[in-house]
Amino acid sequence: MDISFDLLGNALVSGLLLGGFYAAVTIGISISFGMLDIVNIAHPAFILLGSYIAYIMNANFGFDPILTAIVAMPAFYALGVAIYHIYDVSFERRGDTALRGLSFFFGLLFITEVALTLVFGVDYRLVEAVYIGPTLHFGVIDLPLRLLVPALVSVALMVCLHLYLSRTFIGRAVQAVAQDPLALRLMAADPSRIKRIAFGLSIATASLAGAVLIIIQPVEPSIGREYIGRIFAICVLGGLGSFAGTLVAAIILGVMENITATFFGPSWAPAVAFGFLLLTLAFRPSGIFGRA
Amino acid sequence: MKNPLFILWLIVAAALTFGLARLVDNAYFYFAGYVVLQYIVLSTAWNILGGYTGYVNFGIPAFIAVGAYSTVVLHKTTSLPLVAMIAIGGALSALLGVGTGYLTLRLRGTFFSIATLAMAVVMQTLVTNWDFVGGSRGAYIIRPATVQYLGINYIEYLFLIMLGLSIFAVATARAIEKSRLGFGFATIRDDELAAEASGVPTLKLKLIACGLSGGFMGMAGSPLPYYVTYLDPASTFSLSYAVNTIAMPLIGGTSSWLGPILGAILLGTLQQVATVTISSAVSLLIVGVLLVFFVIVAPKGILGWFQK
Repeated sequence: MDISFDLLGNALVSGLLLGGFYAAVTIGISISFGMLDIVNIAHPAFILLGSYIAYIMNANFGFDPILTAIVAMPAFYALGVAIYHIYDVSFERRGDTALRGLSFFFGLLFITEVALTLVFGVDYRLVEAVYIGPTLHFGVIDLPLRLLVPALVSVALMVCLHLYLSRTFIGRAVQAVAQDPLALRLMAADPSRIKRIAFGLSIATASLAGAVLIIIQPVEPSIGREYIGRIFAICVLGGLGSFAGTLVAAIILGVMENITATFFGPSWAPAVAFGFLLLTLAFRPSGIFGRA
Repeated sequence: MKNPLFILWLIVAAALTFGLARLVDNAYFYFAGYVVLQYIVLSTAWNILGGYTGYVNFGIPAFIAVGAYSTVVLHKTTSLPLVAMIAIGGALSALLGVGTGYLTLRLRGTFFSIATLAMAVVMQTLVTNWDFVGGSRGAYIIRPATVQYLGINYIEYLFLIMLGLSIFAVATARAIEKSRLGFGFATIRDDELAAEASGVPTLKLKLIACGLSGGFMGMAGSPLPYYVTYLDPASTFSLSYAVNTIAMPLIGGTSSWLGPILGAILLGTLQQVATVTISSAVSLLIVGVLLVFFVIVAPKGILGWFQK
């Protein structure tokens, strides 16, 4: 194959930026699945919900999608707290997280998708903002702001979450519950309460992830499914719950997907995530940074 | 009840169903009935893995697609009878089940579920890029109007085939339930670590369950091209197959072969009615809401109401 280096360079750079965005999409799963062991496969549905909220506010009032998402975060947090409460009472305490807990989240994913389809139809929706059109040029390398802004927002989100989890009391309690819920209970802290807060946080990130998603690409209700494979591949590859690992894994996947899309056609890109996931599960289930 | 006697009862029930269909003598009855029967096969197949061993498979559309697209390929290249196509589709789909299981089942159970979910996306990518079966444009299958040697319409023939598959699937599920294999599955569901420690060959049993479950799903998918006559990736990989197939056993009850049948008949009929009277999107919404409602409020399903 005739590889053009301009093309390869651009594929690498935009893959890098795409990876930053994937990290924002995955961070919620890194908290809920990686730390709390809650297999929230409905996470992409909440991300799409975030996209559509950004879309409504942008289309009707011209609000900036990222600002809208930040304002909507408390509402997403409350939603997360409510969902965790149901999950805790109905499945964790009954000890039935595997079959029915998973089916519960699958049901939520499906309900959200169908409800969004009923309200918005299957047309692609997009937002408008000053940073969506322009592109910065450095020699042969193009830096579209449409990808750069989401990548920066996503890194900022990760830094904030990292600081929160490592510097505050509640944040450290979340890390403790990830390591040993029983020990936390012996310290007279309530693991359910801590997990409720952490799950709320993970859903709150979906608001922002949804806004950056609709900045990067037009959105329709069923695209959430494409992200399930991606986010779990990144989360597992990143070593479940490690933020640095998540970012590196997200960038690896972003670059791989972009190179695949550039040289083999975009219709093959979704297969990359799955190949990644299967290979990781088969050969290195603890992730690239995990302790083997 | 011994297995042969049970199968006899199933055949009697199936004969009555077909007799009723002949009596109604309306093509729509066969079209709607086919869908309900297809879901009996699918949900029984799902329950062999999900209900008996406790491993959740979300990749149902992928298994259906293996069956359906193997039929498309065979239809274009050979002139095999439909029954042979179903056998081949089922075998390929069983292989897919064992393969996925082999790669992911040695890990925690949730990894298997996630892998199946992602697998459906990748199978869709493969089919979309595979020009021989029509790619994203889809494939047309022209079905014969009648079946000569039986003297019936083709849709009646498809209905009969699905009726036969339902008997096969339900009889297998019940035989497993009463056998050593079924007890082995139950030990995995109840406490896999303890089962492994007591010498139950858990990985082998899980792979058997994956193969059986995948095989039946593939068989249910094999006649699909002849039923729809136009097969495209977007509708073959529709999430509604997955949500229906999971909702039916969970609503009916996962502990016994009767649960998936109950769920499939109730939910399948409800959906047919809701699709005709309201809209297909609303009928899907109903299934999703019922699924969430049942797993929270009635974890043992409808069967649980009749058990102590």
